[in-house]
Amino acid sequence: MTALSLRDVRKNFGATEIIRGVTLDIAPGERHCIIGPNGAGKTTCFNLISGRFPITSGEILLNGERIDTMPPHKINRMGLSRSFQITSIFQRMSVFENLRCALLWSRSYRYSFWSPLWRQKALNEAAEVLLEDLNLTARRDILAGLLSYAEQRALEIGMTIAGGASVVLLDEPTAGMSNTETDYAMALIRRVTHGKTLLMVEHDMKVVFDLADTITVLVYGQVIASGSPVDVRANRAVQEAYLGALEE
Amino acid sequence: MKSRWLILVLIVLAIALPWFFYDWGHHRHAGFLLSMLSQMGMMVILALSYNMLLGQAGLFSLCHATFFGIGGYAAIHLLNAAGTGDLPFPMEVMPLLAGLAGLALAILFGAMATKQRATAFAMITLGIGELMATAALMFHHFFGGEGGVTTNRMIENSLFGLTYSSGLQVYYLILAWTTLAAVLMYYLTLTPLGRMANATRDNFERAQFIGYDPRIVRFLQFALSGFFAGIGGGLYAITYEIVTFDALAAPLSANALLMAYIGGTTVFGGPILGAILITLLQSGVSLLSNSWLVYVGVMFIAMVIFAPTGLAGIVKAHGPIKHAGRMGSLLVPYLRLVIPSLGLLLGFIGLVELMSFLTIGAAQGKKLVLFGGSIDVNATLPWAISLGSFLLGGLWLRFEAAGFHRVWENLSAEVRR
Repeated sequence: MTALSLRDVRKNFGATEIIRGVTLDIAPGERHCIIGPNGAGKTTCFNLISGRFPITSGEILLNGERIDTMPPHKINRMGLSRSFQITSIFQRMSVFENLRCALLWSRSYRYSFWSPLWRQKALNEAAEVLLEDLNLTARRDILAGLLSYAEQRALEIGMTIAGGASVVLLDEPTAGMSNTETDYAMALIRRVTHGKTLLMVEHDMKVVFDLADTITVLVYGQVIASGSPVDVRANRAVQEAYLGALEE
Repeated sequence: MKSRWLILVLIVLAIALPWFFYDWGHHRHAGFLLSMLSQMGMMVILALSYNMLLGQAGLFSLCHATFFGIGGYAAIHLLNAAGTGDLPFPMEVMPLLAGLAGLALAILFGAMATKQRATAFAMITLGIGELMATAALMFHHFFGGEGGVTTNRMIENSLFGLTYSSGLQVYYLILAWTTLAAVLMYYLTLTPLGRMANATRDNFERAQFIGYDPRIVRFLQFALSGFFAGIGGGLYAITYEIVTFDALAAPLSANALLMAYIGGTTVFGGPILGAILITLLQSGVSLLSNSWLVYVGVMFIAMVIFAPTGLAGIVKAHGPIKHAGRMGSLLVPYLRLVIPSLGLLLGFIGLVELMSFLTIGAAQGKKLVLFGGSIDVNATLPWAISLGSFLLGGLWLRFEAAGFHRVWENLSAEVRR
C-alpha cells in the first residue's frame, strides 16, 4: 500500500485551474522531493494534501484512507504532519512550550483542563529529548519568536515530527539559509525523519539530488516527470522546462 | 518563588485591612472600605476571567458582562428560593451555582461565537451583549425590567453558622471565593487546554496542524471563562441584594476590558492589578471629581499607545535588569521623569476640572476647590497656570523620555550580553 497517493487531483481558484490533474504515489519510507519553477503549484499541492484548502476534484489517500474531505486537524491525527514555507510556530510561547504543545494530541491529552502539565513526567521528558535532538536545549525558556531564523526553522521541524506522524511534508525547509545552516538543517531532517515517509518541496538542487529517492517535477500544475534522480536528470522534457539552466 | 510570597502577603493584607480601619470607639467597621474591598473582589474575578479570553486565547470579547450579569440574576432568584426554604443550599455555595448559570449561558453563546475569531468573533459578541441587555429590559419575570430584581441575603442557611448580616462577613465570603477562583484560573493556564488556548492565540493554523481543532479550544475556554464570570456575578448579587441590567450591559463589559488591559494581559496577575486600580479610581476619585471617567479613559488610551503590555507588563520588563542587579542605574533616569510627569498630570487635571466645573459645577452654584484652595473658574490665572503646566510638562517629559529611552535600551543590551 502507498503511504500517500493523489489521484487526478485538481484545484481551481475561481476560473483558473492551478493544479491540473496531479497523480502521485509515494511508498512508505520514501524520500520524495517535488521540484518545479515558481508558480508551478508545489505549495498549493501541499495545502491540498494537508487539508488547508479543499480540492476541486480527485482523491487523496493517506495509508489507503480518503483524507481529501477532512479538516486539517483530522488529517494530522491520521498521521500526516507538515511545515510551512513561512515559519509557523507559537511566537509568544517558550521553545519548550512549543514542543510540548506539539506532543499533546498524540499523547491523548486532548482538551483536558484538569491534568496539570507539570506533573506529566513522560510528556515533559519527551519534550526535553526533542529539545536535545534539535540542539535547542540552551534556548529552552526563551520565547520562540526571539529565536534566530535558522533556530525557528529547526523548531518548526521539531514540532512537525513531534506528534509521531508517519508522513511528513516539509515546504522549503532550507529557504533563506546559508550553506552551513542548510547542511545542518538537512542533517537534522535526515535524523528526525528516519523511517518516515518524507515529501518535500525544495529549490536547492544540491539538497534535492542528495536526499531524494524519487523526484517529481511539477510545471503549471502538471507532473511532467517522476522517477529516480538519475532518470529525472536525464529526462529531456525536464531539462527543457526546468533543469536546462542548471546543466549549463 | 518570590511571587508566591507576594500572593500570600496580598491575601493576608486583604484579610487584615478592614481591621486597620476599625472604629474601636463605636465598635464599627468602616463601611466605605468594606464595600470598596468587596467590589474589588468581584472585579478581580471579572477581569481575570475576561483575560482568559483576551490575553490567553486572543479572543476580543465584548459581551463578558453577560455572564457576570446572568450569574447575578441567577443568584438573586436562588437566594429568594433559599430564603423561603424551597432551596436547601447554604450561602457559601451560592456563587458556585451562579457560576453554573454563567457556564450554561456561555456554552449556548460560545457555540455561536467561537466558530469565528478576530473581528467576526468580536462582532458576534457585541451582538450577544446587546441582545442580553435588551432581553433584560423586556423579560420582566426573570430580569425585573429597569428596576431589576431584589433579594434578602439573610437566608439563615450557612455552613459556618454565619448570618451575613454584616458587611465584614460578606467581604470574607467574597475574599474566599475570589481567592479560590483566581487559583483555579491560574491552574487552568497550566493544563493542556490552557496552553492550547495560548497556542491558538499565537497561530491557529499551526494549532490545527498539531492535531487540535482551534474552535473547540476557543469554545471550552469561552465556556469556562463564563463560569468564572458567573461566580463574580453571584458575589455581586449577595453584596448588593439587587441586580439590575447594569450588571450585564455593555459598560460593564467595557470595564472588564479596561481592567484587564490596563493591568496587563500578558501576565496572569495583571488583571488583578487593573481591577484594584480601576476600583480605587471608581470609589476614591469619583468622590473627589465628577470627571473620574475622563481620567480612566485617558489612562486607557495612554496605555494602549505607550505601554500595550499594561502595568504588569511594565513590571515584567524590568525582570532582566533586576536579575542583573542593575536596577540602581535606572533610579536617576526615573527620578528625572517625576517632575515633568507631575507637571503634565497636574496641568491636565487642572484643565479638566476647570472645564467640568465651568459647565456643571457652576450651574449648581458651587465653589471649585482644587489642590486645597478655592478657585475662581472665570479668572484667567488658573487657566493659564494649568495650561502652562500641561504644555511645559509635556514638552519637558518628551525630552526626558527620549533620554530615558536611551538609558533603557543601553541597559537592556548590556543585560542581554
